[in-house]
Amino acid sequence: MANETLLQMKNIHKKFPGVYALRDVNFELKAGEVHALLGENGAGKSTLIKVLAGIYIPEEGEVIVKGNSHIMQNVADSQAHGISVIHQELCLVPYLSIAENIFLGRERNVMGFIKRDTEAAEARELLKGLGLDFDPNTLVGELSIAQQQMVEIAKALSVKADILVMDEPTASLTDKETEVLFDTIRRLKSQGIGIIYISHRMSELFEITDRVTIMRDGQYVGTVNTRETTRDQLIAMMVGRELTQLYFKDEVKPGEVVIEVKDLVNPPFVNGVSFAIRAGEIVGMSGLVGAGRSESAHCIFGLDKLQSGEIFIEGKPVKINSVREAMQNGIAMVPENRKEEGLVLINSVGYNLTLTVLHEIFRGHPLGNPRFEGEAISRYIKEFEIKTPTPDQLAENLSGGNQQKIVIAKWLATRPKLLILDEPTRGVDVGARAEIYGFMNELAKQGVAILMISSDLPEILNMSDRVLVMHEGKITANLSKNEMSQEVIMRYATGGGNINAA
Amino acid sequence: MPLENNIKPQNGVTRYLKENMGTLIGLFAMCLVLSFTTNGVFYSQRNLINVLRQVSSNACLAFGMTFAIITGGIDLSVGSILALSGTLSAGLIVHSGFEPMQAVCIAIALGTLLGLFNGFVIAKTSIPPFIVTLAMMQIARGAAYIYSNGQPIRAMIPEYTVIGTGYLGPIPLPVVYMVVFLIICVLLLSKTRFGRHVYAVGGNDKAAIFSGVNVARTKMLVYTMSGFLAAFTGVVLCARMSSGQPTAGVGFEMDAIAATVLGGTSMSGGVGKIGSTMIGVLIIGVLNNGLNLLGLNSFWQQIAKGVVILLAVYVDMLKKRRK
Repeated sequence: MANETLLQMKNIHKKFPGVYALRDVNFELKAGEVHALLGENGAGKSTLIKVLAGIYIPEEGEVIVKGNSHIMQNVADSQAHGISVIHQELCLVPYLSIAENIFLGRERNVMGFIKRDTEAAEARELLKGLGLDFDPNTLVGELSIAQQQMVEIAKALSVKADILVMDEPTASLTDKETEVLFDTIRRLKSQGIGIIYISHRMSELFEITDRVTIMRDGQYVGTVNTRETTRDQLIAMMVGRELTQLYFKDEVKPGEVVIEVKDLVNPPFVNGVSFAIRAGEIVGMSGLVGAGRSESAHCIFGLDKLQSGEIFIEGKPVKINSVREAMQNGIAMVPENRKEEGLVLINSVGYNLTLTVLHEIFRGHPLGNPRFEGEAISRYIKEFEIKTPTPDQLAENLSGGNQQKIVIAKWLATRPKLLILDEPTRGVDVGARAEIYGFMNELAKQGVAILMISSDLPEILNMSDRVLVMHEGKITANLSKNEMSQEVIMRYATGGGNINAA
Repeated sequence: MPLENNIKPQNGVTRYLKENMGTLIGLFAMCLVLSFTTNGVFYSQRNLINVLRQVSSNACLAFGMTFAIITGGIDLSVGSILALSGTLSAGLIVHSGFEPMQAVCIAIALGTLLGLFNGFVIAKTSIPPFIVTLAMMQIARGAAYIYSNGQPIRAMIPEYTVIGTGYLGPIPLPVVYMVVFLIICVLLLSKTRFGRHVYAVGGNDKAAIFSGVNVARTKMLVYTMSGFLAAFTGVVLCARMSSGQPTAGVGFEMDAIAATVLGGTSMSGGVGKIGSTMIGVLIIGVLNNGLNLLGLNSFWQQIAKGVVILLAVYVDMLKKRRK
């Protein structure tokens, strides 16, 4: 049974207004196989999965499940064919028990009365099959994320699924939890279940998958056996070229101090932060999650109130109590989560681009100035190479990289003296990343001071002139270019203070 | 200028027709049917003006409601604020000896203040707008009953009643007010900075905050406006009836919501247009009028209204999904 083909997707085409989301895509899954789908954001992985799950109907192409050619019409149809998708965001009801969640919508019942004992027993059996010993009456809200994921898997298996899709299953798991998940996956493999595995983490792919199918720009690039490939080959297939140099940092002679902050305090995350940044400097800010990096930035940007501390812009003390006041002082900030904090997704690209400079557009024109605004929008789109069919396209239809470019563009439109970038390249594909680094270099040359908060150490090491490391709300190190290394940063980030860095 | 064209692909009228195709077809179909079934009575000038006058109060409330719903909220208190301001305007003249103009201004100011209070609580606390305005709905209604002792306040004073019964040429004043507010609200929402902010607050309030939009102020302004429109409508209504009625406007908030939703405004915020709401108002108005002319009793009108709302919103969703 090991080589039986469970699923074939042939020449799948799916079009959205103005764009091909999938063009001639092929995919195959065998029983007992873990098959990875790999590609940059916007490559079409999720669209392909949605076709499989019956959420999108393809315009062309064939889907063959266990020998039957059948295009899934809706989610129930897809489940009836033994396909189960575990989404990245878990879809469990926290106020219901494990058993109730597993049988949600398919309650075991007699004339509408739920057979709790039967459900509990069946749930226990399913969990045992995954090597888990949970009480099925536990509320899901009391479980850790990893445990909830196991419940999702149990739920998927309870519908007798033999094709399991896992979308970034390890995104929020610790290393140990990931190991448990991988054990489960191996167990499922041995039972002849086929698993489609989506992940960006290369090391995982080599650990758990049998084959990798690579997609790029909605097209099928190729399928390789994991054992016969290399990391470099996969990356080259993903980006479509040999990636010679992602990071490029121009040397800029720093100018006058643009911003200086002294003893910023806003507990519990900000407990005495002091630093200064000069014109043309790119200062990295490193630290673990919860170290207070974003929170410090929020204080400077007027989002959070300071309990105490001083901020000086070009030597003059200023009070910043709102975003508006921060903007008036020449501060701009590209926030961490572009979808939640950066963009109004249901509005157009153009609308988003001018949201920070409305006061300029409406100055002297209380009813707006469409011509001036249109020209400004076209200029931003061109300057930042935002790939959009028209400025009227909704922001939600753009890829992560292009969305990020909108957020950066709308803030540069305010002509800031200090630009705070919070995780500027998170979830951004390689091409757009290189462009964003290009903008940073350009801005530094123009004399903008840049504070770059990032959890991506290679990015910090390659793009910063200096690095500030935070731990528990304080800056524990201020490292120059030749002092910084992955090890030193990690030591200060984990509170391993004053052991001399050399 | 090819780029300019990209940004404004159609002129305003074409875009308006295109966006509201479904509701416009529905409206015209209803008018067409009525022209046959009523032997032309529907199309008499008198009846058409009558329809416009009948819809004018719902229109003004619905304009305010559209703003509130686009910010992701709702204003349930408009019916009650309408009643309180109406009775107050009549009472101040009859019982307290105020000049009609003074009384009207005080009554409208009070309703506006109640709207501001709604907005203040909504902006400064995390109490959902539904709850805040539900509370105000009770409070304002209760106040109207207390102020009037539960009795209508007769105010047969020409300077007062003319506000509701007067004409500008052949057009009744309430219709004139409606048109003026229609124009102001369309401009406010589609052309001004405030309008942009309204869409941003409803579309993604976090992104709005991060972009330096004053979300609290925007919400306060929206509910203040809604309160003002409700108070104004209340005064006009009571002037027309030459009596302050504490029972006026019961359930008006629901008609305003219905018109807004018929116009395609999303209950989850961020999407909607005043011009589309106006069509929703007209559909409800023509439906009521038509069923009246056909001699159906008002209980059937309610059922018809319910069916139309369901159908219209369903068609609208189908249209959006196909996109």
